[in-house]
Amino acid sequence: MGNLSNVPLSYYLVLSGILFACGVLGFLIKRNIITVFMSIELMLNGVNLSFVAFAAHWHHLSGQIFVFFVMVVAAAEAAVGLAIIIAVYRTRETLNVDQVNLLKL
Amino acid sequence: MTPNPYLWLIPVLPLAGAAINGFFGRHSSKKAITTIALIFPGAAFLLALFIASRFSSASAPYYYDLAQWIRSGSFHADFSFYLDQLSLVMLLAVTGVGFLIHIYSVGYMWDDDGYYRFMSYLNLFMFFMLTLVLAKNYLLMFIGWEGVGLASYLLIGFWFVKDSAASAGKKAFIVNRIGDFGFLIALFLLIKHFGTLDFTALFSKIQSMSPENAGVGLLTSIGLLLMVGAAGKSAQIPLYVWLPDAMEGPTPVSALIHAATMVTAGVYMVARSHVIFERAPTAMTVVAIIGTLTALFAATIGIAQTDIKKVLAYSTVSQLGYMFMACGVGAFSAGIFHLMTHAFFKGLLFLAAGSVIHGVGGEQDMRKMGGLRTYMPWTFATMGIATLAIAGIPPLAGFWSKDEILWRAFGVNWAYWLIGVVTAFITSFYMFRLMYLTFGGEYRGGPAAHDVKHQSADARAMHDKASHGGHGHGEPHESPWVMLGPLVILALLSLIGGFVGYGNRFEHFLATAFQSPAQEAVHEATENSVEYMLMGVSVSVAFLGWILAYLLYSRRPELPGRIAQSLGALYRAVSNKYYVDELYALLFVQPVVEGSSAILWKGVDQGVIDATVNNTADAARHTSDNLRHMQSGNIRSYAGWVAAGGAIVIAYMIWMGVR
Repeated sequence: MGNLSNVPLSYYLVLSGILFACGVLGFLIKRNIITVFMSIELMLNGVNLSFVAFAAHWHHLSGQIFVFFVMVVAAAEAAVGLAIIIAVYRTRETLNVDQVNLLKL
Repeated sequence: MTPNPYLWLIPVLPLAGAAINGFFGRHSSKKAITTIALIFPGAAFLLALFIASRFSSASAPYYYDLAQWIRSGSFHADFSFYLDQLSLVMLLAVTGVGFLIHIYSVGYMWDDDGYYRFMSYLNLFMFFMLTLVLAKNYLLMFIGWEGVGLASYLLIGFWFVKDSAASAGKKAFIVNRIGDFGFLIALFLLIKHFGTLDFTALFSKIQSMSPENAGVGLLTSIGLLLMVGAAGKSAQIPLYVWLPDAMEGPTPVSALIHAATMVTAGVYMVARSHVIFERAPTAMTVVAIIGTLTALFAATIGIAQTDIKKVLAYSTVSQLGYMFMACGVGAFSAGIFHLMTHAFFKGLLFLAAGSVIHGVGGEQDMRKMGGLRTYMPWTFATMGIATLAIAGIPPLAGFWSKDEILWRAFGVNWAYWLIGVVTAFITSFYMFRLMYLTFGGEYRGGPAAHDVKHQSADARAMHDKASHGGHGHGEPHESPWVMLGPLVILALLSLIGGFVGYGNRFEHFLATAFQSPAQEAVHEATENSVEYMLMGVSVSVAFLGWILAYLLYSRRPELPGRIAQSLGALYRAVSNKYYVDELYALLFVQPVVEGSSAILWKGVDQGVIDATVNNTADAARHTSDNLRHMQSGNIRSYAGWVAAGGAIVIAYMIWMGVR
């Protein structure tokens, strides 16, 4: 196994940026509410990646601690979010976000 | 000066009456209201009599400091009262005549719905008038001055549902404000230059000024400003216009406030300030000229009026002119003498006119009266006495005081005397015209003078009275005794009231107050024959006026109409009161109304204030209206906004980092 510390920091950051950008794009473009939800997770994980990359690079634990926090929050969010999605599907019988538009004037 | 602890009670007693009736009158019985309304002014009258009985021409003034009021540095004005010979005369006239008119009002206003309100206002008026009369400093006097103005406003507009009454009240109030403005500035000047408004301190300061720095300019301006105030309150040229309109009020109000007491406050104030005026000859001359011109001017208007109360109103203005003429020629005691006799006979004239109006069911037009002599003999007799008195027929009250004024005016300038005599002739003429039109000949009013819509100020009350009292107005009838009693007492006073002036006793009584040592003695010795000659002239013009009125209105009643026709424009000018109201409307009212409408209303209020508020609100509404479109309800558009926001934040941070 090659030494991970040989991989430059910038690679991690670029990958993190790409993951985050994919998440943003999916968040903006996708119509299926579950896909949107997954895009959010993708963005979170993109950020997580940069956190651990920095933590390893600077030999500092706080970045990893942050990642744990983010994962906990993401888990909670997934639980609540999926519950909302199920509730929405039961009332609206659709998962298309364009048709979930009651919240307007 | 002697302290007298009862002095403050005199004004406060009527105030108590006003408060009790004002707060509880709505739910009390009319008997209770009447008792309260009569007892308190009556007690004040008795107290005044009691004090007067121990007061002589030689007495030192009484005073009483009730409480501190305003203290600022060395300046102070307190609730303190003051009584000297001058205020005593006023005090007796106000409480005495006022009490009689209270009694009369019981009969006159009994059936009005606002009976308790009326009585409460009358008592309130008494409080303010007595404060004015008894004040020891100008500021407390000013409180009374404004207060009687307020009471006058409330009582003129007593029947406020009538548009003309409400606007007459407003007119009186506003015209009086102009005068009060002058009065106030005079007070400010006094404070600035003398540091006090207390009569005793102020006048001794003015008298101790040495002749070189006598400050003639200062005292002249103060005197002129005081005269502005007096002209407003006492209805002199050019501020007299409110008084004739004030006749919209109930007749007892016209008698009490707009004839006997309040309108004489200006004369009292000028007489009280005699120390200032004596040092300001120019101001004195102005006072005399204004008084003389007003006397003549108002008397000529009185000739052509057909409303019985309007005739009396212009007569009041004219008689007040006499009083100012007297003050202006330095004969303050003669002015106050005329003030007192005028309170008797003019109060009586108004009350009798009220009795007539009452008797014919609310009609005020003299052309629809006539022949009332047989229907209401008491009213006829008493009003006849008052007419003789005001015309200056000896030995009634008006003769003594008017003659005194004319004689003193002659001593200063014969022009004043001449105009005064002409005025006396006109006075006699229009008063006997009133008598012949009202009481002479045959009754000209129809039996059904009952159409309330077309009737005048007092008609509504009369109408109520008629329906409640159960007597119709088919025929004129005499008034009840509660109204006739005051008439008889006032008639007696008009008969004999003048004799207090016999042998200059009245003048000697006031001499202490006016600090004028027997200067009359010189006149008496040298000009006795002249005085008798002048007396002869004024008496003969009075009789001439009577004869002329008799010829025109009793012997040849068709003649006045033809004379009026042949005079054409002149007659129209006189009967339209010389178009003064129209002139004022054109010169002052219209510019103010139009300026307010064009500049203040449409310019400032609508253009600036409203516009600022409205435009702010509009801008907020438009912005929100546009921003509202962000709130589409579409989750993806929200997501887009979130992403855009994030992008902006990141771009900003990068840009800051680059810098």
